[in-house]
Amino acid sequence: MKDKILEITSKYGDDRGRLMDILIDIHDLKGYVDDANIEVLSEKLGISIAEVNETVSFYHFFTKTPKAEFNIYLNDSITSNLRGRTRVKEAFELACDATFEGKSEDGMFGLYNTSCIGMNDQDPAAIINDVVFTNLTPYRVKQLIKALKDGKSLQEATYESTGDGKNSDPDLKSMVFNNIRKGMMLLNKDYERFEVVGKILAENSPEDIIKTVEDSNLRGRGGAGFPTGLKWRFGRRVEGEHKIIICNADEGEPGTFKDRVMLTEFPDLVFEGMVIAAYATGADIGLLYLRFEYRYMYNYLSLVLEEMREKGYLGKNIAGIMDFNFDIRIQLGAGAYVCGEESALIESLEGKRGEPRDKPPFPVEKGYMNFPTIVNNVETLASTVKILKHGADWFNTFGTKDSLGTKLLSVSGDCRFPGIYEVEWGTSIREVIEMAGAEDVQAVQVGGPSGVLVSVKDVDHLGGTELMKWYKPSGMMVAQKTYDRKLSYSDLPTGGSIIIFNNKRDLLKEVVMNFMDFFIEESCGSCSTCRNLPYIMKQKLQKILDGHGVRQDIDDLLSWGKVIKVSRCGLGQTAANPILSSILNFRHLYEEYVQAMTDYDNTFDLEKSVEAANKFVGRKTVFHHS
Amino acid sequence: MNKKVIATTSLAGCFGCHMSFLDIDERILDLVELVEFNKSPIDDIKVFTKRVDIGIIEGGCCNTENIEVLKSFRENCDVLVSLGECAIMGGLPALRNGIPIEECLREAYLDGPTVSENKEGILPNDEELPMLLDNVYPCHEIVKIDYFLPGCAPRADLIWDALVALVTGDEMNLPYEVVKFD
Repeated sequence: MKDKILEITSKYGDDRGRLMDILIDIHDLKGYVDDANIEVLSEKLGISIAEVNETVSFYHFFTKTPKAEFNIYLNDSITSNLRGRTRVKEAFELACDATFEGKSEDGMFGLYNTSCIGMNDQDPAAIINDVVFTNLTPYRVKQLIKALKDGKSLQEATYESTGDGKNSDPDLKSMVFNNIRKGMMLLNKDYERFEVVGKILAENSPEDIIKTVEDSNLRGRGGAGFPTGLKWRFGRRVEGEHKIIICNADEGEPGTFKDRVMLTEFPDLVFEGMVIAAYATGADIGLLYLRFEYRYMYNYLSLVLEEMREKGYLGKNIAGIMDFNFDIRIQLGAGAYVCGEESALIESLEGKRGEPRDKPPFPVEKGYMNFPTIVNNVETLASTVKILKHGADWFNTFGTKDSLGTKLLSVSGDCRFPGIYEVEWGTSIREVIEMAGAEDVQAVQVGGPSGVLVSVKDVDHLGGTELMKWYKPSGMMVAQKTYDRKLSYSDLPTGGSIIIFNNKRDLLKEVVMNFMDFFIEESCGSCSTCRNLPYIMKQKLQKILDGHGVRQDIDDLLSWGKVIKVSRCGLGQTAANPILSSILNFRHLYEEYVQAMTDYDNTFDLEKSVEAANKFVGRKTVFHHS
Repeated sequence: MNKKVIATTSLAGCFGCHMSFLDIDERILDLVELVEFNKSPIDDIKVFTKRVDIGIIEGGCCNTENIEVLKSFRENCDVLVSLGECAIMGGLPALRNGIPIEECLREAYLDGPTVSENKEGILPNDEELPMLLDNVYPCHEIVKIDYFLPGCAPRADLIWDALVALVTGDEMNLPYEVVKFD
């Protein structure tokens, strides 16, 4: 085994920075990594055993205990629950003869819960040994497990049908569906591959490119909304031996799956955007950080890169431009929501735990390996290609005054047509509800359980209550009275996750509790606020739901929610949003639970609390006083 | 103006908060002008003799006696203040909360390296003794607490400012450097 491990490390040049790849390869080889392997890695890579361990223990898809032959990761996001996850879960347990978070006795099947895998429009979905299975039903689970028991391969089990669009491409062959419901500029078939890189780039100086992107007023589409042209200008200005372009394809926000569709249908468009960014900023290294859940696309995407190298759109003197050298590598994640935060993503790219860094310095000054680094979202990069092709003025004909262009929305939940909608900025929630064919709507979750890195001053435009100043506006639960609010950077900024809930849903028990579980699971643990408060607040909510709540409990939740704002990254700062925004917009639901007649209720049981000690010392429980 | 009446107690604490209280130094002379003490270790009054305005609690609850005292404070005081880490969070005593109480008792009285004189394996079970709780509880999980002053121990200045604010009804002065959690 040691030889094989050494073979893997030498494949990656014994580079500590490639620890993620090395660990992924070891998992492919034997399903887990043990202490002996870790010792070898520590020696060969020149890092301590603790450093290897901290990376191994951080990521959901790394493990130190032997795995089963088939490891089934069943998505436990809210959309999965809405579409009958419980029955699918039971079907898996019955068919595999195992319980979740455990293995079957014969070691054939392992069952695990996992955070959102980006298949919300086709939930319940599961990943089995990197292959994605969507739209699961108890019947399909039974058939699938039977096929595997009969010795069929996972590929054979999926090939009964493939999804729409390029999901049926021979290089991809996945049963995932794109579900593109509405396309405008990005999801438009009218795309001539590599035209911008091949022709337009050479006709413009890097300065021209940055100017055009600035004129387009394009803002980051990951959720934070930072002006892209400005970011590129900073990147161009900073000196560095190398400069890095990172495409962030780690969409882990529950309810977001637009990047998956972009990368499936237009990978060339995204890569072209990376080349443009490299040309504009003078970068020479490109990294696509692909979340592990999308590993099924890895080969498909690699082939596109290979094609680009052959055609001269990657490599040396790209498109005939002298000294424009740039290439792209795909880096797989290993299952950690927080890695979507740009500095955590960079840590992960360096083979470390995905813990956000302190800022400043910002990545554009000191990012990947301390080189100047520009991190852009998949959708942002794709938009730049269209801007350069059609011009900034054309781009500015879409959207509203402060939010120009289009936005990809990932719509899921209780609606007839879940999927991807490309809409102009300024579209109202009501319009989205109507497009998606949702009826009897109770609430809409905009921006997923959290908003990602939206600056606090964006909230001021809302003119909301004092509370609004304390939490990020995206990632909020919207009530009916506000359905006319518009998706835009000044009103409701969003990374594009829209989850719809109808009136049959229990918002607190089903939705808010699920979101809080998500934040508890996905906290990196670095800041005590984000590590502890979501847990404590969930306990408090549970107390309210159990009928022990008092009015003070609601106020406590609101005031504790403010404290979490001191966390280092966007994930931590927004981890209380499910509770805060549901109190703000659905306070009556909380008030139905709390007791009107008392202002204090603990759940303390004196007799029970002395039971254990008295039993051990041999003493009767007798109270002499009242 | 009638003097406000104050009571204090130390439950599962180390008396450090009371020591910190005494660190108000010569301001104690101003304090006696403002308040009178009732049940408190400071004047050694053991039982409540009148209605109290402000009760100050140091320490959390680890046994039934703590609970009883705390409840009597709630009954006799208009305002209750949790003073310090132990009262607010359980503090150092709450380190045992992750360990089953049986194990704690075994370590303390039977198997611990410092146990030498207990050959018969006697465990404290006299009915005169308070009964041990399964966990150490912060005070607000037992009774309603109105105010919390953090610190281990809270600075004398914080205690002084809080008391003056409670007695006079003025807004409390809370400079950043005075509020500490350790």
